[in-house]
Amino acid sequence: MQGSRSLMTLYRAYVVVFFLYLVAPLVAAGVFAFNDSMFPSLPWNGFTWDWFFSPNEPKLGLFHDDRLLQGLGNSLYIGVIVAALSVAVGTCNAFLFVRKDFRFKSALYVLMVVPLVIPGVILGISILVLASTIAGLADQWFGVFLTSLRPGIPLVVMGQFSFLVTITSLVIIARLEKFDISLEEAALNLGASRPRTLLTVTLPFLFPAMFSAFVVAFLVSFENFNTTLFLVGSDSPLTITMYDRMVKAGSTPVLNATSVVLMLGSGLLALLSVFAQRPKKQA
Amino acid sequence: MSRDAGRLSLILLFTPFALWIALLIILPQLGIGYVSIREKVGINQYEYGFKNYVDFITEPVYRNTLLRTAWMSILVTALALIIGFPIAWYIAKIARERSRAALFLMCLIPLWVSDLVRAYGWIVLLRETGVISMTLVKWGIISQPIEMLYNDMTVIIGLVYTVILFMIVPLVSTLQGMDDALLEAGYNLGGSRVTVFRRIIVPYAMPGIVAGCIITFMLTAGSYLTPILLGGKNSSWFTEQIYNQFITRYNWESGSAFGVSLLVFTSFVVWAGLRLTGQSLATTVAKE
Amino acid sequence: MHDLSCTDLTKRFGTFTAVSDVSLDIPSGSFFSILGPSGCGKTTLMRMIAGFENPSAGDIRIKGESVLALPPNKRNVKMVFQHLALFPMMTVGENIAYGLRCRKEPKHEIGPKVARVLERVGLPGNEDKKIDQLSGGQKQRIAIARCMVLEPDVLLLDEPLGALDLKLREHMKIELKQLQHQFETTFLYITHDQSEALVMSDNVAVMNAGRFEQIGAPKDLYDAPASGFVAGFVGDATVLEGKLGEVRGSQGRVVLEGGQEVVGSVSDSSTTGDTVEVFLRPEALRLGDGEPGCRLGGTVDSLLFNGASSRILVRTGRHLIEVADPEQRSGVSEGSTVNVCWSADRARIFARRPDGGAIV
Ligand SMILES: Nc1ncnc2c1ncn2[C@@H]1O[C@H](COP(=O)(O)OP(=O)(O)OP(=O)(O)O)[C@@H](O)[C@H]1O
Ligand SMILES: [Mg+2]
Repeated sequence: MQGSRSLMTLYRAYVVVFFLYLVAPLVAAGVFAFNDSMFPSLPWNGFTWDWFFSPNEPKLGLFHDDRLLQGLGNSLYIGVIVAALSVAVGTCNAFLFVRKDFRFKSALYVLMVVPLVIPGVILGISILVLASTIAGLADQWFGVFLTSLRPGIPLVVMGQFSFLVTITSLVIIARLEKFDISLEEAALNLGASRPRTLLTVTLPFLFPAMFSAFVVAFLVSFENFNTTLFLVGSDSPLTITMYDRMVKAGSTPVLNATSVVLMLGSGLLALLSVFAQRPKKQA
Repeated sequence: MSRDAGRLSLILLFTPFALWIALLIILPQLGIGYVSIREKVGINQYEYGFKNYVDFITEPVYRNTLLRTAWMSILVTALALIIGFPIAWYIAKIARERSRAALFLMCLIPLWVSDLVRAYGWIVLLRETGVISMTLVKWGIISQPIEMLYNDMTVIIGLVYTVILFMIVPLVSTLQGMDDALLEAGYNLGGSRVTVFRRIIVPYAMPGIVAGCIITFMLTAGSYLTPILLGGKNSSWFTEQIYNQFITRYNWESGSAFGVSLLVFTSFVVWAGLRLTGQSLATTVAKE
Repeated sequence: MHDLSCTDLTKRFGTFTAVSDVSLDIPSGSFFSILGPSGCGKTTLMRMIAGFENPSAGDIRIKGESVLALPPNKRNVKMVFQHLALFPMMTVGENIAYGLRCRKEPKHEIGPKVARVLERVGLPGNEDKKIDQLSGGQKQRIAIARCMVLEPDVLLLDEPLGALDLKLREHMKIELKQLQHQFETTFLYITHDQSEALVMSDNVAVMNAGRFEQIGAPKDLYDAPASGFVAGFVGDATVLEGKLGEVRGSQGRVVLEGGQEVVGSVSDSSTTGDTVEVFLRPEALRLGDGEPGCRLGGTVDSLLFNGASSRILVRTGRHLIEVADPEQRSGVSEGSTVNVCWSADRARIFARRPDGGAIV
């Protein structure tokens, strides 16, 4: 089996090359945050923390760059709100589709999945158009000026929420389907009321899934660009701020520093969600 | 449980779902459909008709951009499948228990990193003063730094990079469900590698392949950052046209027409893909 | 007074009737079993008693009061589920305290109560264990303790031994019976395993296709089954098919398919000309010459050793007859020609069962 042995080696080599391809740009984005140079490129001028901590121009570090910090703050704010909302609605959807029977259930289930296959850009413009139309009509008919329907954080939240609910619903549905309904019946049998059963038996079982749905929703919201692009007002989240910087000022190592912080942050959250799912492997 | 309580809880659970789907998905789509068929003729004065669509079809720049986006997206999807399948196979069938989990997690890493960071990483690597060009100069392989950004090749590499995870993940999960005995039976009955692959592996992995292709295609056709940043100003990507109409020219009517066209086009491709392979949306995409 | 009684209880799912006109009365402190093959409606019946299903017709009374209007969490019947349904996210102590907390019992009384019930089921001091640290039998006992701490009027047990392995099942049978004595609570026990029902119960109801075929003490069911179904389902029996000939008093003459004639006691309303089955218990049979009509000749097909319940299989025509041979004392050898005989009153004749008597 000489042939198959060398084929296998070739195969392994391919896998290795693939993983190099996967990590190469991330490493490149990360490493140059620490290069003591004005540009994120070779040659290597030695190690520095300046792009994180330096307080003054020209090497203004990330943690002193107000615009970027502001963007980070906005992103966190939006992310937490959107994630909480989508987990709440996702949980309702999970109970609706797992526990209830109603007409057109399978058609509505497909409708629930559909937002995943609508391009983000279209979700963005469609919500922008609808919100502005409503705001315009309100202005015209009632003379009310609805600021929250003009581009800004509320619209960004709505736009991201519109497709994140699908993701959180799918995650929570998968877990709820594994729930043994006789646990609820046992609780009722032992004298618990329905709300108490929900709080003490069902929700604790769902909690790991809700937590990881929250983390996923938060991360996706944090990274989202396509939908957000059309809905931002003056308070732009970090991705938009970075993009503006990239397009207007060109690339500077402070963007690499931001990338490093983002990668670390999401890596940490991802690990957290993996561990939240892991130890509670219930039969 | 009494019947009334059952009804009440059904209504309570149904309300958020209905509000979400109606207000944030259906109504906005109808909204851009509506805006796309009107035309501004004065302040708050509109005429209705398909002029925006006619403009879109008759103007070669727009038409070609859509066609170009379409065929590049199909190419990227096909490449992602060809490149990703062996990787998925390796993870699902060849790697040992422990390295399997590690490899799978490795595959997911870029998922946790923003598109922007990933595109930025490619820029740092590929531009004229970038790592690859400078290294090649230093090694004396090329005499002048070369610009590797702003061409179709790079856009495709970047796009494949962005979406390939969404191909690998569903593939791995279907392939993992496949019983090795199926393959052994295939070989045992005298099948060659090619027949086993075509007759056993591909049909078995079909739901995963379809799910992966749909998501990959959708993400590619709808992507914005990667083509713009790696392809430069002339990347002629369709989402860029939508952006231009909406934000730069403030022409929402034709922007909406573009949006509807993109939506119709991608929905058609997804529908055709599902149809051809006999799968359904609920059983493929929802599996994730 | 009866702790639990059901009258004409019926449950229909659409057009399918899962439980049909079931009536039962369970005296206080007794161990009552419902025995029936899989899918006969046992769980459905129990779920109606616990309040998880609404009966289509009939009434359920606990301590004389109708409970139809009460939701499941207000009924003082507790249930041990088929797969136990212990809460995996709680400790043993929390599981047991769950019902007490729901009742809003004062905190300082809960701890001692939990400790006491754990002691009674033989697991003192295990409050802080996780559920998945327990063995199958321990889980079983915790599930019972979780119910018993609430001092229910009736404890419902739905095939609680089904998930255990054979050895543990044998052990738990005895233990359950002892627990019931100890708590002096009424147990309603569901099973499809006849040996469980016979060993533990004061009374057994045999259920088939949604109906009760017979209710009685285990010995009555065994010795005087009311139908072919009960005769076939409870205990071992060799079944010979034939046509009922002349009937005199309770004695009937059956012409078997092979042409031989046997005599037995007609135990239901079968009359001359009906197709019937003759049931012969292994321990009612012996080797030797009996009276005409109470014997069949054949060859020894195989010897099955199983201590006190060893068997001889005798082949006559197309039948294999099981004959009891405690500790193989008879000393016959395989292949030898023998006669099997019985006394006429121990061969029971019933109308042929519709499904040919497939035993689950
Ligand atoms: N909710 C339901 N809807 C429709 N049919 C049902 C429902 N619940 C039970 N059945 C039917 O009623 C019959 C009796 O079911 P049940 O669970 O009571 O059987 P069982 O005697 O407990 O069986 P097993 O020993 O296998 O647990 C079955 O044929 C089952 O298919
Ligand atoms: Mg059952």
